[in-house]
Amino acid sequence: MNRVIFSALLSHWLRHKVQFVTLFLGLALATALWSGVQSINAQARTSYDDAAGSIGQRGYDKLVSENGVSLDDFVRLRRMGYLVSPELEGLLAVGADRVQLTGFDPLTSPPRVGMASLDEQGLFAFLSDQGLVLASPETVKTLTAFWGDDGPIVQVSAEVPIGQALTDVTTAQSLLNAEYLSALVIAPDQPFGLPPITDLDGYAVIPAQGTGDLAQLTDSFHLNLTAFGLLSFAVGLFIVQSAIGLAFEQRRSTFRTLRAMGIGLKRLVTLLAVELGLIALLAGLVGIVLGYGIAAALLPGVAGTLRGLYGAAVSGDLSFDPVWAISGLAMTMAGAAVAGAQALWRVVRMPILAPALPRAWAMSSARTLRLQAFAGLGLLGFSGILAIWGSGLIAGFACLASLLIGAAIVLPPITNAVLKMAGKLPRSPLGQWTVADTRQQVPALSLALMALLLALSANVGVATMVGSFRATFVGWLDQRLAAEIYVTARTPQEAEDIRRFAAPRTTAALPIWSVEATLLEQNVDIYGIIDHPTYRDNWPLLQATEDVWDEISTGQGVLVNEQFARRNGITVGNTLSVTDTWPLPVVGIYSDYGNPHGQLITALAPLESRFPNRPKLRYAYRIAPDQAGELARDIREKFNLPASAVVNQSDVKKMSLRVFDQTFLVTGALNFLTLGVASFALLTSLLTLSTMRLPQLAPVWSLGITTKALSKIESWRSLALAVFTWILSIPVGLALAWVLLSIVNVEAFGWKLPMYLFPTDWFRLGVLAVLAAAVACFWPIYRLRRLPSAQLLRVFSNER
Amino acid sequence: MNVKILLLLIGLLPSIASAQGFAGLGTEVDGFAIPERGTNFTFPQDHAAHPDFRIEWWYLTANLTDGAGRDYGVQWTLFRSASQPTGLPEDQLWMGHAAVTTEDTHYHAERLARGATGQAGISQPLNAFIDDWSLASVASGNKDLLSAIELTARGAEFAYRLNLTADGPLVAHGDQGYSIKSSSGQASYYYSQPFYAVSGTLNLPDGDIDVTGTAWLDREWSSQPLASDQSGWDWFSLNLDSGDKLMAFRLRSTSGDDYTSGTWITADGTPTAIDNGTIELSPIIQTTTHGREVPTSWSVKLPEKDLDITVEAVQPDAWMDTLFPYWEGPIRITGSHGGRGYLEMTGYN
Repeated sequence: MNRVIFSALLSHWLRHKVQFVTLFLGLALATALWSGVQSINAQARTSYDDAAGSIGQRGYDKLVSENGVSLDDFVRLRRMGYLVSPELEGLLAVGADRVQLTGFDPLTSPPRVGMASLDEQGLFAFLSDQGLVLASPETVKTLTAFWGDDGPIVQVSAEVPIGQALTDVTTAQSLLNAEYLSALVIAPDQPFGLPPITDLDGYAVIPAQGTGDLAQLTDSFHLNLTAFGLLSFAVGLFIVQSAIGLAFEQRRSTFRTLRAMGIGLKRLVTLLAVELGLIALLAGLVGIVLGYGIAAALLPGVAGTLRGLYGAAVSGDLSFDPVWAISGLAMTMAGAAVAGAQALWRVVRMPILAPALPRAWAMSSARTLRLQAFAGLGLLGFSGILAIWGSGLIAGFACLASLLIGAAIVLPPITNAVLKMAGKLPRSPLGQWTVADTRQQVPALSLALMALLLALSANVGVATMVGSFRATFVGWLDQRLAAEIYVTARTPQEAEDIRRFAAPRTTAALPIWSVEATLLEQNVDIYGIIDHPTYRDNWPLLQATEDVWDEISTGQGVLVNEQFARRNGITVGNTLSVTDTWPLPVVGIYSDYGNPHGQLITALAPLESRFPNRPKLRYAYRIAPDQAGELARDIREKFNLPASAVVNQSDVKKMSLRVFDQTFLVTGALNFLTLGVASFALLTSLLTLSTMRLPQLAPVWSLGITTKALSKIESWRSLALAVFTWILSIPVGLALAWVLLSIVNVEAFGWKLPMYLFPTDWFRLGVLAVLAAAVACFWPIYRLRRLPSAQLLRVFSNER
Repeated sequence: MNVKILLLLIGLLPSIASAQGFAGLGTEVDGFAIPERGTNFTFPQDHAAHPDFRIEWWYLTANLTDGAGRDYGVQWTLFRSASQPTGLPEDQLWMGHAAVTTEDTHYHAERLARGATGQAGISQPLNAFIDDWSLASVASGNKDLLSAIELTARGAEFAYRLNLTADGPLVAHGDQGYSIKSSSGQASYYYSQPFYAVSGTLNLPDGDIDVTGTAWLDREWSSQPLASDQSGWDWFSLNLDSGDKLMAFRLRSTSGDDYTSGTWITADGTPTAIDNGTIELSPIIQTTTHGREVPTSWSVKLPEKDLDITVEAVQPDAWMDTLFPYWEGPIRITGSHGGRGYLEMTGYN
């Protein structure tokens, strides 16, 4: 018996293959979107953790000496108890190529990228006289071709960036023919009871020039990716709801017939639940495969981002993690269960012989609309309360969630209210009918419209956030890298030699010199600068006195960064005790995105006089931009400096922007997919409605309105709804971006990203929304236009 | 007296590890020397390194108390491991472990170094060192170099400086120092100086603490890893209130065929080897530390000496979270005899 009923239920799908495909694809796409984002997110998170774990984020302090440090220095300091490790960096000439070689001691070194690929036997080879060199596959090829069988063993490590190589410090010494080391790396935790390493005579400590600042920015990116995951979940949920709700709506007559034939309600409901479970399971599995495809296609971009930011290789290959697969499936099943429960409830309550009464159903949902309006406004209010009074990251995310769900829920009541008001506008009967008919469609279309609203808002929000993020980053680069070349020498003497070498070709050499100090019980970096237009023209001041730069250059004031000012409630005009005996007025506050630490800037001379004996090793050089590359290369070669010690500003900017644009590629692609799925939901809704609405259209048609005219009305209506949703999505999207930038970011990182608006993006999105709606309504309208008159006529005999 | 260096070797040299099942008695492995029965120790030469053997250690543990009667444990270990039997300094790897165990906590540190740079090694007349850690002879005149030593080490949260004076002779284990480690015949050279009186200072985060007590030094070297079915090691050094001492160990086997052995040392330093199966070692209490279940209380029985005691860890969390992790800490003895000692357990991974 069950089999017979089941086959009767399934036969519906055989006769309505398109409906089945839309339901199945809807579920599969929602699963795909969710699991795709989840897997990228999971992979990115692991990659971040790996990258963070394998290289010290902030880098390590290094010990150098005027006369150069040697392995003897290393052993002497180790025997004194200090945890230091030798490091030698240099450019290795390999034929016409140059390879950036880093030598270190694997037994005393802090963890390094690339070492993981070395097994135990490799370690002995690494330490042996012959030596072992680790490099990327490309560099291994170069090295093997050059050395043949004579050189060290060469082994591939995919984690080492192209053009670089790692080896034991003694091997590096012989390959580079270097007597001295570049530096001794200082372990962050030194043993108990030793005098500070900074007190050692004859040595100087170079503070870590870590990637910590960048790491903060990428953390921010990662957090936002998480927010995007949340968003896609919401969109997916709406789509599943919409697909299942409509699938049940379409089969009301089948249920009615089955019930009339004496099938028990319990049995019918059970079989429907089984059917739904099966479809959800199969569609979910297909969705996971699709999601895996999406993630695999997008992941290389994410991996590229990480590689670029950390110089650490993160695999671009997606590993299959059952956790996200199961979570994707669970999400589909849960969504199907929620939607199904609602639909099944309606089946339960449906009178056995109830005729199809779409209008009555729509009327009864007026109460639902009111409820929705209350719930939605409540959620929006709650979101606002959280935005103003909430604190903590959880509150930030809760604010985000209630904003989105609230906005989605109030969409149908708002649409309804607008249509109610619009109902009075048209003079012609046809116009009035159009508006009234649209109102009737709102409940059926509402889920698809909600999905579209969320997708569009996500688009606006994420684009605004990413755009602001990029603009901020560019500003940050301009501020930090106003000069063309940055050189870090190993000794003060070398720094001076380089300065003299570069002098004839450069217009200015600006020392980059800072000291660490404790101010208001916080560690801060105090930078000493000389007076130069580089600062006057570029430094992004948020607040400043009128003569700020004159006061700075004469040592009459100090600049503080935004974080430090915010944390301590400092404003311009306050006085800050830089040291116990050195009070200075704060003359300006500057933005310093991505830096977790406090920072101060004042004139070089007075700072130097209070902190003598700090070696000057870093200089920024101003030179005509087109000559910068050449000078950087010359300095590198002449002084045998590692690539990381000579930074060409334009290279860094280019690289960084490429990395960020890659990031956009990922979020952009996800955005587009979300929009695609939302318009698919719209398509299924319209398609379903087009068959359900024949009873509404037939009377109008019988009054002489041609199907051509009707389909024109249908087209305009779909487009109008899309445009309406798009207009609403702009404030929602901007609110979303604002929450991300001003609440979530501040809670997570303590600094606020300024929000930039990109109205051209909104219009592009509007066009996309209209296109999506046009695509979605194309088929239903095409079908309407080709509708045989007989079918319209049949309405009067069948339904009435 | 430790298997982790063997584990290190097994880890470092997979080719040898794969051959270990065949590394029977008297088989020369890759050119390294193999312990032979009937070889007499020669001092002071045997206090120094034996680079023709693959593995070797200087292993000191101390039971200490402060003025208020609180118990402390101190460990100082230097391992040597050779990559090739050349005897050259550059083919040696050195690893140091140091720890201070208190009734409240456990501090430990680890150091690694290569030979040939001078960062670690054994220097004349006798100074075993790695970085600023050292176990250095301060013996005067013609006395044995190990009769008086100065011991120092330093970690992130502790340091110590101890003076040790031996008031008894060196003790050879097994058959005159030839100590068998499995029924298939794996063996090592093994002697101890278990008679140290100690005084010195522990530098801990809460301040300096003057301590006194006893200490036990083990010297052991070999070239043979464990038998292939041996998974770990429980080792005891016990100072009984009667003045007698007991060294006992159990090598755990995955096949259930555990190998137990040890040495009974009288108060005047006369050793009696204990054959396999004679001593009964059974865990009483398991403690979960660092995610591992480790037995931190044991029943030790040696019927022929009327010994029936319970040992209990002073600090159950004495986990050495090092490259090759293991448990090592001071213990208290109750039962037929009172006393204190040290317990080391490996292979509880």
